[in-house]
Amino acid sequence: MSLWAYLSIPNEAHSSYQIGPHCSSLSFHFLPRNSTLRDTRFQNLEMLRQAQRFLLTRASASATRSTRPFSTDLPAETAGDSKFIDAWKKLIPNMDPPKTPSAYMAPRPPTPSTIPSKLTVNLVLPYDSVLSAKEVDMVIVPATTGQMGVLPGHVATIAELKPGILSVHEGNDVTKYFLSGGFAFVHANSVADIIAIEATPVDHIDLNLVQKGLAEFQQKLSSASTDVEKAEAQIGVDVHSALNAALTG
Amino acid sequence: MAMTALRREGRRISGLLMSPHPVNLLRSSLASSDREQVLVGARSISTQVVRNRMKSVRNIQKITKAMKMVAASKLRAIQTRAENSRGLWQPFTALLGDIPSVDVKKNVIVTISSDKGLCGGINSTAVKISRGIHKLNSGPEKECKYVILGEKAKAQLVRDSKKDIELSMTELQKNPLNYTQVAVLADDILKNVEYDALRIVFNKFQSVVSFVPTTSTVLSPEVVEREAEAGGKLGELDSYEIEGGETKSEVLQNLAEFQFSCVMFNAVLENACSEQGARMSAMDSSSRNAGDMLDRLTLTYNRTRQASITTELIEIISGASALEG
Repeated sequence: MSLWAYLSIPNEAHSSYQIGPHCSSLSFHFLPRNSTLRDTRFQNLEMLRQAQRFLLTRASASATRSTRPFSTDLPAETAGDSKFIDAWKKLIPNMDPPKTPSAYMAPRPPTPSTIPSKLTVNLVLPYDSVLSAKEVDMVIVPATTGQMGVLPGHVATIAELKPGILSVHEGNDVTKYFLSGGFAFVHANSVADIIAIEATPVDHIDLNLVQKGLAEFQQKLSSASTDVEKAEAQIGVDVHSALNAALTG
Repeated sequence: MAMTALRREGRRISGLLMSPHPVNLLRSSLASSDREQVLVGARSISTQVVRNRMKSVRNIQKITKAMKMVAASKLRAIQTRAENSRGLWQPFTALLGDIPSVDVKKNVIVTISSDKGLCGGINSTAVKISRGIHKLNSGPEKECKYVILGEKAKAQLVRDSKKDIELSMTELQKNPLNYTQVAVLADDILKNVEYDALRIVFNKFQSVVSFVPTTSTVLSPEVVEREAEAGGKLGELDSYEIEGGETKSEVLQNLAEFQFSCVMFNAVLENACSEQGARMSAMDSSSRNAGDMLDRLTLTYNRTRQASITTELIEIISGASALEG
């Protein structure tokens, strides 16, 4: 088809579904000279229609090749699930059983026999997954018992975190985040999950505000009367002194 | 109000009048109130009734279209947040597994629903699933309580399970949802309710047209220890070293609370997304229905109008021919 020669589709076209802006540029090429207006418009429409079909098939072909945004992974049902589903079906045969979270999660890799060379890190916050399945060399997490370094092949651990710095080492790059606290799980298959409420890169923190906040909370602590106020002021002092240490130390 | 008055008039006079001939053809196509109205105005068929209906249906169509747009914009805002929060519960499921079939004495079902209505069937499915789980987990020595978030589930569950409702909370979405609010809520629930297993029932947002009822199970630290000793899915938990805290049980306690608040946050966001999506599709189908109804009423209106013109013409012509002939 001669249409192929005429179409010069820009690079973004194959992943976008919009036909409109491209069509206007395409129609420009097709206008043959020395023909009546009716003929040209007819030919225009024909070419446009064919162009649309062409773009649509290309777009849909690439869409099926790429991952669909809402496809859910459905690995083989685990034992607990099938027991639940069987019990449900017996008692409540008219309704479908509800799905469980394991149906929405890709299964984790099994424990390898040799120590892998890289550690896979997931850093998740309520608002975002900052790092997901990132391969790094080492992470240092601020556990309540002190800074803990995690290398590939680390023993399986559940660590409670205090406010402090998380540093991710990848080759020669070190990225530092200030965590507000949370948990860190290190699994036997060299996957580390770090769950925190807030994680800000250290260069986004303002030292003056930190020092002001520290002074304010220390003053509140000394003037606190009830236990609740004391506890709140203590938390404020802890976080701000950790921030201070992170920025200055 | 005009229509009820007209209906009363129609009923009073319908006995006295004979229906004129052309009107019989229209009878099957008009509603009963129109029929009576037609009998009242024996000479002139009024299109007022149909016009009133058309006006009200058009207004409803506008309202439902506007509600659909509002729901679509709210959905867009909350969908990104729900998708970002999906990573939050995965580490917990990876560590502690997901065992909905765990056998415990004190079950608490946390049902998440919406406060406002007109959102399709999602609240009913959540309540049905909660009732199903209640049935699954009821037996001798086992108790099953409800904690309800949202007005709609409360209204449905209060009818037959009033004594089982431990706690209910409404107006969650007055301020935009954030983690702090959900953490306070989770803290409230954990303090006031005794539990061995918390089962959270919500509608997971899969796509704009598909909402899957889902249940997540959070176990109390004692049950976690018991299951870890018993082996099975949590059997590997003992191999994990515990860092921080005084004792293992303290860390497990913190872990369970943190897990509950994280799972709740995701569940509340997903349910809010599902609510907006369901409302969008419900309002869309109702505006489409209103449009269909409007088309049918327009046809009826035109027929009525043409019939009245025809009647007038017939009268005039027959009168004229009577004078001549």
